[in-house]
Amino acid sequence: MSILRQRVLPGFGLSLGYALTYLSLIVLLPLAALAWKAVGMGASGWLQLLSAPRTLAALRLSLGGAVLAASINAVIGLLVGWVLVRYRFPGRRVFDALVDLPFALPTAVAGIALTTLYAPQGWLGRWLEPLGIQVAYTPLGVLVAMVFVGFPFVVRTLQPVLASLERDVEEAAESLGARRWQTFFRVILPLLAPTLLTGFALALARAVGEYGSVIFIAGNIPGRSEIAPLLIVQKLEQFDYAGAAALGAAMLLLSFVLLVLVALLQRWSQRWAESSR
Amino acid sequence: MTLELSHLNRRFAGFSALDEVSLSIAPGEFLALLGPSGSGKTTLLRILAGLDYPDSGSVLKGEEDFLATPARERRIGMVFQHYALFRHLTVTENIAFGLRVRPWRTRPSRAKIHERVDRLLARVQLDGLGGRYPTQLSGGQRQRVALARALAVEPDLLLLDEPFGALDALVRVSLRRWLRELHEELKLTTVFVTHDQEEALELADRVAVMNQGRIEQVDTPEVIYHQPATPFVCEFIGKVNKFGVRRHAGGLAAGAWVCEGDPWPERYNAAWAYVRPEQLRLAVPPAQPAWDAWLRHIYLAGSVAHLDLHVPSLDQSLEADVASEDLARLGLQAGMRLRVAPRSAVLFAQDAGGHTVERERWIWHAQDRVHA
Repeated sequence: MSILRQRVLPGFGLSLGYALTYLSLIVLLPLAALAWKAVGMGASGWLQLLSAPRTLAALRLSLGGAVLAASINAVIGLLVGWVLVRYRFPGRRVFDALVDLPFALPTAVAGIALTTLYAPQGWLGRWLEPLGIQVAYTPLGVLVAMVFVGFPFVVRTLQPVLASLERDVEEAAESLGARRWQTFFRVILPLLAPTLLTGFALALARAVGEYGSVIFIAGNIPGRSEIAPLLIVQKLEQFDYAGAAALGAAMLLLSFVLLVLVALLQRWSQRWAESSR
Repeated sequence: MTLELSHLNRRFAGFSALDEVSLSIAPGEFLALLGPSGSGKTTLLRILAGLDYPDSGSVLKGEEDFLATPARERRIGMVFQHYALFRHLTVTENIAFGLRVRPWRTRPSRAKIHERVDRLLARVQLDGLGGRYPTQLSGGQRQRVALARALAVEPDLLLLDEPFGALDALVRVSLRRWLRELHEELKLTTVFVTHDQEEALELADRVAVMNQGRIEQVDTPEVIYHQPATPFVCEFIGKVNKFGVRRHAGGLAAGAWVCEGDPWPERYNAAWAYVRPEQLRLAVPPAQPAWDAWLRHIYLAGSVAHLDLHVPSLDQSLEADVASEDLARLGLQAGMRLRVAPRSAVLFAQDAGGHTVERERWIWHAQDRVHA
C-alpha cells in the first residue's frame, strides 16, 4: 500500500506540498542567500574574520550568555509554572497574564527600561552599586536582558504538561516511601524533562538572536560586552556585506549545533515514550 | 495486628463522604468495600493509605495511632485505580522504586533488590518483561506491575482501589481468581474498593456495604446475600423484586399470597417485601396461596433465563430466574399463565406514616418445601 493511502482527513499530498513550499520560501531561501553571500568571501577571509579576538569575544558572549540565560529561565520558569498551575491564590490570573509581557513589549522598550533600572543611579542599580555589582554596561546586563526576553517560553511550554501531570503518580511515590525531594527528582522532573528542554531550546534560540533589548543595557564595549548581532549590524553599516553574512552564517551554524544537542538530549529524556510495542 | 477504625467522619464541600464509620479489620483478612459511586469507599481507603485525613475519629493499629503516622511509614502497599505507574521507568525500575528510595541504612544492596524484583516478576507472571516501559504493556500486565510494585516494599496492609475497573471482562475474571490465590498464599491483610458486587462477593472474606458515607452492613458474602440488613443492601446486592404487603386476617399478605407467621403483632400493619428472582416458585399447587401471573417474556442469558412475569393482583411485574435447561422441563413459554409464590423473602416494617423502619427486619421462609 502506498504512503498516500486513504486517511481520515484527506489532502495529505496537498498539505505536505504546501508545508514544504512555505518552509522553503520563509526559512530556507533567506538562509541559502546568507550562505551564498558568505561563501563569496573565500576561506582566507573567513579565517581572518572568525579568528579576530573581537569576533570571538562577541560570539562567546552571545552563545554563552544565551545558554546561561536559558538555564536560569528553565529553573525559574519551572518554579513559576508550578506555582501558577498548582496553587490557587488571589491575583493568580493577573500574575499569569504578566508572564507574556516580555513577548508583547517592543524589545527596545524593554532594553531601555532595564537600563534605567540597573544604571548606577537607577532604582535597582543604586543598591547594587555599593555591593560592587554592576549590571548595566557589563556582560551581566546582557544576561539580564536575555533572561527577560526568554522568560515566557519555559513557563508557557510547561504549563499544560504540569496541569496534566496525574496526582496519583505522586501519591504512589509517597505511599512507596519516597520523601518529597525524592518524588520531585525521581518522578516529577523526569516526566517534565522533555518539555523543559523544549522551553530551554526556545529560550536559547531567542536569546542568541536577541538584539533590541540587549544593545541598550550592554554598553557595547568591544571585546567585553558586545554581542555578535551588533557586530553584524556594524559590518552592514560599513557596507561589509560579505563579512556580515559570514558572521551570520557562523552564528547560525553554532546555534544549529546547540539546538541539535538539545534535541538529542530531549530524545534521550523521553526514551520511555517512544515505542509502544 | 487488628486495625480498629472508629467514628470516622469526613466532609467535603456540601456532602458527607464518611459519616460515623467504624470498622475493624482483622489480620490476614480480605475485605471488600462495596458501594455505589459517592458512597465514601474510596475516601475510606485513602484515609487508610494516609493520602487523606478524617475530620474526626481514629484509626488504631494495636496501640499505634495510625493517623499520626505519615503515609510513607505506614507499611502499606497501594494499587491505584489507573495503576499510577511511573511511565518514565521500566517495569523493573517501577517495582524497585520503593526499595531504592529508602535511606541507605535500610536500603537493600543492589544485588538483593535485583533478586527481589526478579522474584516478584515471576510471582506476577511477567518474567522477561522487566525491561519494558509501561506504555508497552497491556492493561492486565500494567495492573500486575502495580501490584508487584506495592508488594516489593513488603507491606503489612495491601490497599486496592477498583483494581479491576479498567480491564475488559475476560481479563478481569481471570485476574481476580489469580488475586484470590495470591492472597491465600501470602495471607496479607487486603482491603479493596469496588462498585462491582459480583467481584466483592466472589473475592472477599468479608464485605462492607457502604451507602452515603455509612457502612450499611459488614459480613461474609453469604450473609450479605441471604440476610441483607437494610433495604439498601437488599436492592444493591443482586437482583430483587420489591412489593408491599399489608396485614390481613391470616397474616401479612400481598394479593392472594400470605406469609405465615407474624413478627410484629399489633405493631406494624404494612411492610416491604424483597424476594430474589431465584426464590420465586413457578408452579404452585392450587391448594397453596399464590399469585396468578402471566409470563410476558423469556430473556435467555446463557446459563440462566430471566422470566418477566406480570402479576395483575399486585399490578406489577416480577422477575424470576431459572436455569436455562429447566425451561423445557417446566414447559415454559411466553404467554402462558403460571401460579407464582415466593420461597423466601426479607421484610422490612412500614410505620403508620408509610416510612420504612430499617431496624425491623424479618426473614421469612416458606414452611413446606415443594419442588417447583
